[in-house]
Amino acid sequence: INREHDMARALHAATGIKPHIVWHTDTSLPDVDLVVVPGGFSYGDYLRCGAIAARSPIMSDVRAKALKGLKVIGVCNGFQIITEAGLLPGVLMRNAQLRFVCKEVKLKVENNTTFFTNRIAKGAVVNCPVAHGEGNYICDAETLKRLEGEGRVVFRYAEGTNPNGAMNDIAGIVNEAGNVIGMMPHPENMVEALHGRTDCKPLFESLLAA
Amino acid sequence: MKNAAAAEPKITPELVAQHGLKPDEYERFIGLLGREPTFTELGICSAMWNEHCSYKSSKKWLKQLPTTGKRVIQGPGENAGVIDIDDGQAIVFKMESHNHPSFIEPYQGSATGVGGILRDVFTMGARPIAALNALRFGEPSHPKTRHLVSGVVAGVGGYGNSFGVPTLGGEVNFHKRYNGNILVNAMAVGLADADKIFYSKAKGVGLPVVYLGAKTGRDGIHGATMASAEFDDKADEKRPTVQVGDPFTEKCLLEACLELMATGAVIAIQDMGAAGLTSSAVEMGAKGDLGIELNLDDVPCREEGMTAYEMMLSESQERMLMILRPEMEVASHAIFKKWGLDFAIIGKTTDTLRFVIKHQGVVKADLPIKQMGDEAPEYDRPWVEPKRPAPLGDVAAPSDLKAAILKLVGSPDMCSRRWVWEQYDTLIQSNSAQVPGGDAGVVRISGTKAIAVSSDVTPRYVEADAYEGGKQAVAESWRNLTAVGATPIAITDNLNFGNPERPEIMGQFVFALKGMGEACRALDYPIVSGNVSLYNETNGQAILPTPTVGGVGLMSDWRKMATVKFKAQGDAILLVGTKGSHLGQSAYLRDVEGREEGPPPFVDLALEKKNGDFVRGLITDGQVTAVHDISDGGLAGAVVDMALAGSLGAELVVGDFRELFGEDQARYVLTCAPLEVVKIITQAHVKGVDIVRVGTVSGLDEVNFGGTVVGLPELSAAFEGWFPEFMTG
Repeated sequence: INREHDMARALHAATGIKPHIVWHTDTSLPDVDLVVVPGGFSYGDYLRCGAIAARSPIMSDVRAKALKGLKVIGVCNGFQIITEAGLLPGVLMRNAQLRFVCKEVKLKVENNTTFFTNRIAKGAVVNCPVAHGEGNYICDAETLKRLEGEGRVVFRYAEGTNPNGAMNDIAGIVNEAGNVIGMMPHPENMVEALHGRTDCKPLFESLLAA
Repeated sequence: MKNAAAAEPKITPELVAQHGLKPDEYERFIGLLGREPTFTELGICSAMWNEHCSYKSSKKWLKQLPTTGKRVIQGPGENAGVIDIDDGQAIVFKMESHNHPSFIEPYQGSATGVGGILRDVFTMGARPIAALNALRFGEPSHPKTRHLVSGVVAGVGGYGNSFGVPTLGGEVNFHKRYNGNILVNAMAVGLADADKIFYSKAKGVGLPVVYLGAKTGRDGIHGATMASAEFDDKADEKRPTVQVGDPFTEKCLLEACLELMATGAVIAIQDMGAAGLTSSAVEMGAKGDLGIELNLDDVPCREEGMTAYEMMLSESQERMLMILRPEMEVASHAIFKKWGLDFAIIGKTTDTLRFVIKHQGVVKADLPIKQMGDEAPEYDRPWVEPKRPAPLGDVAAPSDLKAAILKLVGSPDMCSRRWVWEQYDTLIQSNSAQVPGGDAGVVRISGTKAIAVSSDVTPRYVEADAYEGGKQAVAESWRNLTAVGATPIAITDNLNFGNPERPEIMGQFVFALKGMGEACRALDYPIVSGNVSLYNETNGQAILPTPTVGGVGLMSDWRKMATVKFKAQGDAILLVGTKGSHLGQSAYLRDVEGREEGPPPFVDLALEKKNGDFVRGLITDGQVTAVHDISDGGLAGAVVDMALAGSLGAELVVGDFRELFGEDQARYVLTCAPLEVVKIITQAHVKGVDIVRVGTVSGLDEVNFGGTVVGLPELSAAFEGWFPEFMTG
């Protein structure tokens, strides 16, 4: 993992609360309102991405508490990890073009009732960077039908900017209970003037309302 | 050599030759020992006295480069150079080549090139904040080129992305002279506290020598020796000498080292790069005027039955050697255990000035450490002054200017490198203020302070005239940093040349360095670190001489940074510097006329400084809206970049085609609001800077080159099209 500081900085800036950074071999989470599994390359991701991290000691507690309703966001490698941990359906395959890709994409907010999107209008399109080699979201037809039918696709690549070949342009999803969100793009890299735009700041501000 | 107990091979002249030692060098070695060496000693000598580690052909000339300045904390000779950026902060940076391995195994070769340079930077106590790379490949039509581009780019990205450092700049060029010998030059830039820099010089007798990081395997044995020889058609057979990288272990090593350094336990530290354990141990001892004694029984190995010879020459990655404060051993060990890394005391410092290696109770080597290290052989190789090219005769105007522009913009060397840099994570760490595609990368340090980084050289200029080309490489680096608004501070260089035993190659080296040195002095832009890569030849064909220059500049307020993209319709376009006229060695001449002829442009260093200081002043005063330096492709190339980046067209008022394509130096294109024009021109006149209005940013979807109109969609298709099309095949 190596994008934890980017995420911590974005969370701190938006909420005024300094997040705890927990070590992978810890076995229990501190008493928190939100867990973010950040991006990076866990254990190098030499095996299937996120597969080993999903079985690291701390993830047992994340999984147990998520099932009890604790809010969890997984970004990029974090999305891969929580999917591997069974908190979200589907899988993230290698990008269709078989290359790592780092660029800005357009994201359409399809569901603005989640705890991470309530400060954005439904249907709004925001800019957001991606940086991954394995973001090609795939699931079986039945699951896809449910995700779409239940409004659980939270973010969709818009305007032809799907960078990885993901099904139905899916960039981010939420679980049935509404407390676990996974997304491939990196909102934490577009929250201040230095980043050129601040399109993703409202996402973090949503956390305060939730 | 699988079994350590097996008898070591007998030393024969063939074996000595296989180790890359010349007969006279071997004689010298025997003279030092007063006896015949053991097999392990021969291996150690080969590793230390090869060109890559000893700089034996280049040292004499490197000493003549300017390496000091008011911001220089550490010049060449350490793992990396260190410069002061105020507020108690320092930038640690260096560039290094991994040419030979990358040609043989492009992914691992380039990946470990990135890993090696990152290690050089964090060995000194700095956290890497930016990476760059300068890549040079053979001509696009060569059967190996596509495979090499694909592998090298994936390898650079694979390591840097996983390690977690943004890649913020670089170069990619193609030329047939790199067909058999590509160049992969990787640069890393790190941030440290100016008073907490760590060095490799060992201090104190009887102190523990500690091995840190990953385990030792049989990969990369003789890598440095391979990198000091020419290639022939059997280069692929050298694949086992290429190392294998593990960026995750490197990331853990970074965190463990920085944590350890913060405890005060580290007396000296050196990464194991070229020639692995041998080179790191010898350098630490030789610099500190101490002996080193190692017991190889304690070296963490990942393969069984490794011999002393193999352990001493392995170039397994992600390893460090350290001299430790003995009382801190337990705490230090705990840190490395937490990060899942090896920590083993494998020897001690001595006062004997000998380098002693023991394995399974037997002394495998006992060598004088100074003569292996900083007193290795040094040559004054014969050189001849390179011939200067004949003046370029008349060049006819293009019959179809539009076609010429599209051809130039869509040529392999001029087109967009998006296909490449979109495979690099340019955003990680959340501090990237300017990503590739502009004149320089910009990364925030803290608050409004930022640094700008760039990598530059124009090898065809150096080939045509080594002296002017050397000057130009430094001047262009300085200009690129200036164009974003930074004050250039210092450079690292990566000198890639052919076989120095040939006087004409040595001549190129000598004259290129002369030119670089002169430019560095004139621009107050010292060289603080670098690397020399010689023997870049295959079957007697040398590469274009390529002294890559990696520059770092300082910016007090990134909010004032300039970018290349046109911002607003109606902005005036101004040209700083003379009108274009010089077509010798230009991209236009090469890509449109198919000729690589004539002398390169002359670099007037005083003019360079005057014009650059003027432009930087305008940027920091907030008077301009966009800035781009003029280099390959002349004014036309610069304006197309600016128009495409901003998705805004332009109308240019230009005379003949030389004004569009000339590559005269010390020039910039800038834009400003219409109301600022008179003010800027007046300021320029006061300072004696040439400036002329050459056009206006238009609201149209086209660029009008003095009557020849080319649509932005056509320009974009040419500019963005070539690379992906080429890679798809």
